[in-house]
Amino acid sequence: MEELLNILREMHPDVDFENEEHLIDNGILDSMDIVSLITEIGEGFDVTITAADIIPANFNSAKALYALIQRLEDEA
Amino acid sequence: MRRAMKIILSALIVLGSLFLLQRLLMPKYVDGVIEGAFIAEYYRDVKDHDVIFVGDCEVYENFSPAVLWQEYGINSYIRGSAEQYIWQSYYLLEDTLRYETPKAVVFNIQSLQFSESQREAYNRMTLEGMEWSPVKVKAILASMKPEERFLDYVFPILRYHSRWSELTASDAAYMFKTKPVSFNGYYMRVDVRAAESVPEGKPLADYSFGDNAWKYLDMMVELCEEKGIALILIKAPSLYPYWYPQWEEQVEAYAAEKNLPYINFLDIQEETGIDYTTDTYDGGLHMNLSGAEKLSRYMGRYLLDEAGIPNRSGEAELAGRWEKKLAAYEAEKRAQYEYYGMTEED
Amino acid sequence: MLFTSYEFLGFLAALFLLYYVLPKRCQWILLLAGSYGFYFAARPAFLLYILATTVTTWFAACRIGDNLTRQRAYLKEHTAELDREAKKAYKKGEEGIRRRWMAVCLLVNLGILAVVKYTNFAISNVNGLLSLFGGEELPLANLILPLGISFYTFQAVGYLIDVYRGTVPAERNLPRFALFISFFPQLIQGPISRYGDLSRTLYKPHDFDGRQVCFGLQRMLWGYFKKLVVADRVLAAVVTIVGEPDVYQGAYILAGMVFYTLQLYADFTGGIDMTIGIAQVLGITVQENFIRPYFSKSLKEYWRRWHVSMSSWFRDYLFYPVSTSKVMQKVTRLAKARLGEKAGRRLPVYLSMFVVWFATGVWHGASWNFIVWGLANWVVLMVSEELEPLYAKFHQRYAVRGKRWYRLFQVGRLFLLVCILNLFDCYPSLSLTFGAFASIFTAGNWQVLWDGSLLALGLSALDYGILAAGVALMLLVSLSQRSGSVREKIAKRPYALRFALWYGLFLIVLLMGIYGVGYDASQFIYNQF
Repeated sequence: MEELLNILREMHPDVDFENEEHLIDNGILDSMDIVSLITEIGEGFDVTITAADIIPANFNSAKALYALIQRLEDEA
Repeated sequence: MRRAMKIILSALIVLGSLFLLQRLLMPKYVDGVIEGAFIAEYYRDVKDHDVIFVGDCEVYENFSPAVLWQEYGINSYIRGSAEQYIWQSYYLLEDTLRYETPKAVVFNIQSLQFSESQREAYNRMTLEGMEWSPVKVKAILASMKPEERFLDYVFPILRYHSRWSELTASDAAYMFKTKPVSFNGYYMRVDVRAAESVPEGKPLADYSFGDNAWKYLDMMVELCEEKGIALILIKAPSLYPYWYPQWEEQVEAYAAEKNLPYINFLDIQEETGIDYTTDTYDGGLHMNLSGAEKLSRYMGRYLLDEAGIPNRSGEAELAGRWEKKLAAYEAEKRAQYEYYGMTEED
Repeated sequence: MLFTSYEFLGFLAALFLLYYVLPKRCQWILLLAGSYGFYFAARPAFLLYILATTVTTWFAACRIGDNLTRQRAYLKEHTAELDREAKKAYKKGEEGIRRRWMAVCLLVNLGILAVVKYTNFAISNVNGLLSLFGGEELPLANLILPLGISFYTFQAVGYLIDVYRGTVPAERNLPRFALFISFFPQLIQGPISRYGDLSRTLYKPHDFDGRQVCFGLQRMLWGYFKKLVVADRVLAAVVTIVGEPDVYQGAYILAGMVFYTLQLYADFTGGIDMTIGIAQVLGITVQENFIRPYFSKSLKEYWRRWHVSMSSWFRDYLFYPVSTSKVMQKVTRLAKARLGEKAGRRLPVYLSMFVVWFATGVWHGASWNFIVWGLANWVVLMVSEELEPLYAKFHQRYAVRGKRWYRLFQVGRLFLLVCILNLFDCYPSLSLTFGAFASIFTAGNWQVLWDGSLLALGLSALDYGILAAGVALMLLVSLSQRSGSVREKIAKRPYALRFALWYGLFLIVLLMGIYGVGYDASQFIYNQF
């Protein structure tokens, strides 16, 4: 989780990722951020997030995103 | 209860204001272009005419029912309108027959040249004045150009919606009343502009009249036959638009085949006494008062002698009605002479 | 049947009435019949195209859905006996089957779209090449673009991919699916609805809800206002300016691109207002397609707020798949190694954006000016992304961010930028577009903006007055909308005020709308009968 938060903080130092629940709905993460994020996660966690996984529910909060990563790790 | 009241009141406001707006926005045809008012005027007259004229400007500017009455005791009415197409003439005749059956109908065959409506504005000026009946519906359907919509005739506000920026005082003044602008359908003009050089007609690719035009002439002939009305075909003595000899041949052949009288006023200038230097107000297109009265005299003699139309000058009630009309007719004459700075002798 | 025709209004009135009179379970069937009737009225032959897309997509999606169900059942049943590797292998095999169904279906449907939309574009490009070598020109194909094909094809493709991704279940009922593809209010100009969104309300039985019906009608009326009073009015000036590129140069182009941007906005958002309003009368929720786009401060923001259903379609079904693809990940690794960490991260994003904007341009129209328009958007977005550090420095030094005048400056800047980009829409050839744009700086005819020349473009002073009032009203509504639905705010007012407001708007549309044969006084000049 901490590793993920670090990746996020590096992109937007001014956002409180631990508590923000509407990263997508409030337009904090745009499509460019998401693509970079997927690349970073791919390197940091050894999982592949595909286009099918990119839905607001998975990206709206750091928690949700971490849950997605864990699920993908499980399946891999 | 309160809710129902609210809805009813709102509906009334909507319908009422739309109706008023529609009345306000429709052209009134009381000054300037007055031809659009002619068709509606008929309904306000007492309908016991012996002769009905149908056709375009070549009837409503060339014959004066006032003269026909004054000099021959003939009670006639002109159901004419600007560029009246032949299907419109037919339906106006059918419309007239809803109220009365004249003894003779005079039709000017100039409109045979058109087999379809040419301009929406003319459709409007002819059709809008008609009272609603199945005949009007048929007339509209027969006249509409592709870009026109039937609904625009039912709710003219849709057609005239943008006129709000051109409204004048007379649009408000004549929202609910009208003023007579014709004399039994006759459009009076007293001014003179002599016909000078008359342009030759341009050669046409095809001189034969269209099927649709013939169809309505046939229908008119049949309708008159069925009702026992004498149909008289005429060609008014307008020098322009050019009347082609090829057209003349077709009409003559048709009249002969159907055994109908046909008078071409272009050929009988000597008998009518038309003088193109004094009897037209626009260089030979239309007759002025002087020309129209001359033609009316010829037509009056013809109607009495050949068509057996009765002289009703002895009917007191009718004469009384005409007396009022003649007074207005004379007043208009004087007003126009004054306006154009002329005297009656000119 | 245009939205503004009497026929359409009659059709709507009959449909609304039947919709709430018929038994509720028949409502969606009525909509299907109405939609096919609407499409049939446009041109009966078009039905073949939409049927082909409907049936193929439905069939492929069912196969994919079946496969997913089977896979789940199989895994559940054999969960004990299969180890992780075996499960993975099984899943991979099944996914291959699903992928093949999707690929074939995409090929068929995008193929149909490509053939009808781009054949002539391809031929004319081949002809261009041939003429270089003095070859003979090929004749253009005689194809008529079926109504709304770009929109319904994209809607079908989006659905198919959603089913493939498992985001929505496959619709088994062919007539129901046919309604999703053909739903008439959005058939001609979108929005491109997602199955997951639209299906929530499309098939449900709907009770008559007076408030919703009123809101729907009000939304429609607002759409008619934008379309008939504003868009169709300013159209005359746009047509005049664009129609004679030799005559109208310089300051005229400046005026023309503002006029065109206004026309496009009023026409498109007005049309969508009608669509959403009609759906609302029927109790159906269609997603918003515009979120006050001209309040945006950057092009990036603009594309999140303008034609949302299209830009999000491209994002979800093209941008993400391309940018997260294996190829792109390889590119990322390579770029990071060669160009360094930061540039390496941006390069694949820019490449994916290039693909998206190229496709967006092609989708808008089969000609080079649209492709260049798309790529121009791409360039602007890329450049502003690259300039981001510079902006950051600027904002660090000068505390202007958040100041009202600075926001207004940003909004004005964005508006001008979109106006310039829209120029590509206006002229059929690129050389005309560039020539027109250059003339703004070279012609030096600024006086035409105030010496009365603008009155000779087909708009009278009164028309300009109405347009200005229309723009002011649209602006007012947008400003008010920021704090919630304008219709709801009005609904809270006393009845008399509400009534006056909405009936007033109706009268404005009725009297000031550009429609019908039109009263042309010059037609009545007495000369030739």
